[in-house]
Amino acid sequence: MRRILRLLGIALVSATAIAEPGRAAVEAEPPLRETWPHQGIFGTWDRRALQRGFQVYKEVCAACHGVKYLAFRNLADLGFSEEEVKAIAAQYTVRDGPDDRGEMFERPARPSDRMPGPYPNEQAARAANNGALPPDLSLIVKARKGGENYIYSLLIGYEEPPSGVVVPEGMYYNKYFPGHFIAMPPILQPDAVTYADGTKATVGQMARDVTQFLAWVSDPKLEERKGTGITTMLFLIALTGLLYAYKRRIWADVH
Amino acid sequence: MASDVEPMVLKNPTLRWIEERLPILSFGYRHLVAYPTPRNLSYWWNFGSLAGMILVIQIVTGVVLAMHYTPHVAHAFDSVEHIMRDVNWGWLLRYLHSNGASMFFAVVYIHIFRGLYYGSYKAPRELLWIIGVVILFLMMMTAFMGYVLPWGQMSFWAATVITNLFSAVPLVGESIVTWLWGGFSVDNPTLNRFFSLHYLLPFVIVGVVFLHLAALHTHGSNNPVGIDLTKKDKIPFHPYYTVKDLFGFAVFLLVYLGLVFFAPDLLGHPDNYIPANPLVTPAHIVPEWYFLPFYAILRAITFDILFIPAKLGGVIAMIASIAVLFFLPWLDTSKVRSARYRPIYRIFFWILVADCFVLGYVGANPPEGWLVTLGQIATLWYFAHFLVVLPILGKLERPLPVPESLSAPVLPRGAAVPAE
Repeated sequence: MRRILRLLGIALVSATAIAEPGRAAVEAEPPLRETWPHQGIFGTWDRRALQRGFQVYKEVCAACHGVKYLAFRNLADLGFSEEEVKAIAAQYTVRDGPDDRGEMFERPARPSDRMPGPYPNEQAARAANNGALPPDLSLIVKARKGGENYIYSLLIGYEEPPSGVVVPEGMYYNKYFPGHFIAMPPILQPDAVTYADGTKATVGQMARDVTQFLAWVSDPKLEERKGTGITTMLFLIALTGLLYAYKRRIWADVH
Repeated sequence: MASDVEPMVLKNPTLRWIEERLPILSFGYRHLVAYPTPRNLSYWWNFGSLAGMILVIQIVTGVVLAMHYTPHVAHAFDSVEHIMRDVNWGWLLRYLHSNGASMFFAVVYIHIFRGLYYGSYKAPRELLWIIGVVILFLMMMTAFMGYVLPWGQMSFWAATVITNLFSAVPLVGESIVTWLWGGFSVDNPTLNRFFSLHYLLPFVIVGVVFLHLAALHTHGSNNPVGIDLTKKDKIPFHPYYTVKDLFGFAVFLLVYLGLVFFAPDLLGHPDNYIPANPLVTPAHIVPEWYFLPFYAILRAITFDILFIPAKLGGVIAMIASIAVLFFLPWLDTSKVRSARYRPIYRIFFWILVADCFVLGYVGANPPEGWLVTLGQIATLWYFAHFLVVLPILGKLERPLPVPESLSAPVLPRGAAVPAE
């Protein structure tokens, strides 16, 4: 078995190592254990945080990372009105067509469009990022061990490398990243955004907000799921109780 | 058995008309209503019908999921996200199906260990047991191919690792792998055939389940005492076991739906939310939890055995770990069925349970250091249990006195039956 894995490993090009977690030999620090409003059986989204997080995504992260599964219409779930969603969509341009003359054309995005990403393709993304590929963030919270806690820790986990550790050119030291060297710069700096609701944009605040936004993008049906779940469980508990009583009654003459 | 059943009386003339031409009503009556069932079955006997109900859930959710899924390497991952985000209740369907697979194995494993504890595989139920092992084997194939369909990183690498096992076959190994893949790597043809087979095999399972039931209904259920019961110790399936199974199903739903609604990704692997990438190997390729013990056995053979290279040895060991179950009815030489009357076997049974958990733990972790040795010891014990312990124990063990019937008092062996 190990031989198979080794053979596979040899056959593989690991050029993308830097963008992938869990590859390097150096153990990362376990992520911080934060509490999140959407955690637990009764947890729901903090919509103000989601809107702030969307702002952080839009103004900071979106320069390099896409969220390709997110359609503008989904933003209504963050508490934006239909008009607001239309206005947000209209800020983006999407390629459409072909039209009647067979030409492709560009038009303002509509709520039904998915959010356009920053790069036309992987090669363009790598060319712009020193060979590293900024991953799409649509599922990032589900796709990383530790979920929200990992993403949040990573965003605030930049620090000076310990003495003796040489950080490769174009890389940054992050204590929560497997292998410690990450191609993403510490992009969240104090007041990188100006929040519309007056919240102070500290690094921690922005990291928490954007993490919640990304958790929502990963799992947009969370509230529907838990809500349905609670109703279902209440019904099932009652049904189970009734069936147990009924079973006891039927079996009374056997016992 | 048929003679034990109270005859069915049909008053409705339409039903009588149907029954005369197609005796389906009396068939259902014989097997679902009047079917004589031991009156002393414990809740461990709920898991068979439970497995049947999960099979139905898996087929129903699976058929609907297939309406929205696209088996193409460029679209499979996207189509699963489309199901999760855009299809009405799609997230529920998918979580029911993925967690349903886990629940199916959990329930079937309990069902199997119940059979091991109470000796349900012994005469005259050997074929019933063997058919059950066939179902397990088909389930494993189905689950494996289903896991590949979302085309995430673990999907792709699980497919690559498992199909590569066939390359261990001498001479024709490489050709078999190419044939399985439909090409020279796991790619679109592989995904297509896995989808096709993943849709087909559950219906094969349904067919084999009917054989399982036919064999079961020939001699009836075993029971916790493990003796053949007389008519007065049996009760009709309906209403006693219909209501008991329904109650068990409701309890099961609490667990299953609890997972689906509140921790749907708990049993999954985060890497499978990363789209498949043939150029990036995940740090640790691990199968779903229900395959971990077998994975540990596969990796336990790290050395060549005579002319058998380690890789082939691992594959043989893994296949043998299931194949050995086919011979269990003859490996266990004890005439007493239930572990209730086999004090030493009972201890070995629980050691085997613990051994399987150890194998699962070893399978979940990278094969390094002492874990390799632990995995080898656990593997050795797994086979020793079936191939050494059971044949010898049956000869040496002195079973406790087994009662003659459920109502009769247990008498020390050789004691005279008191006059009444």
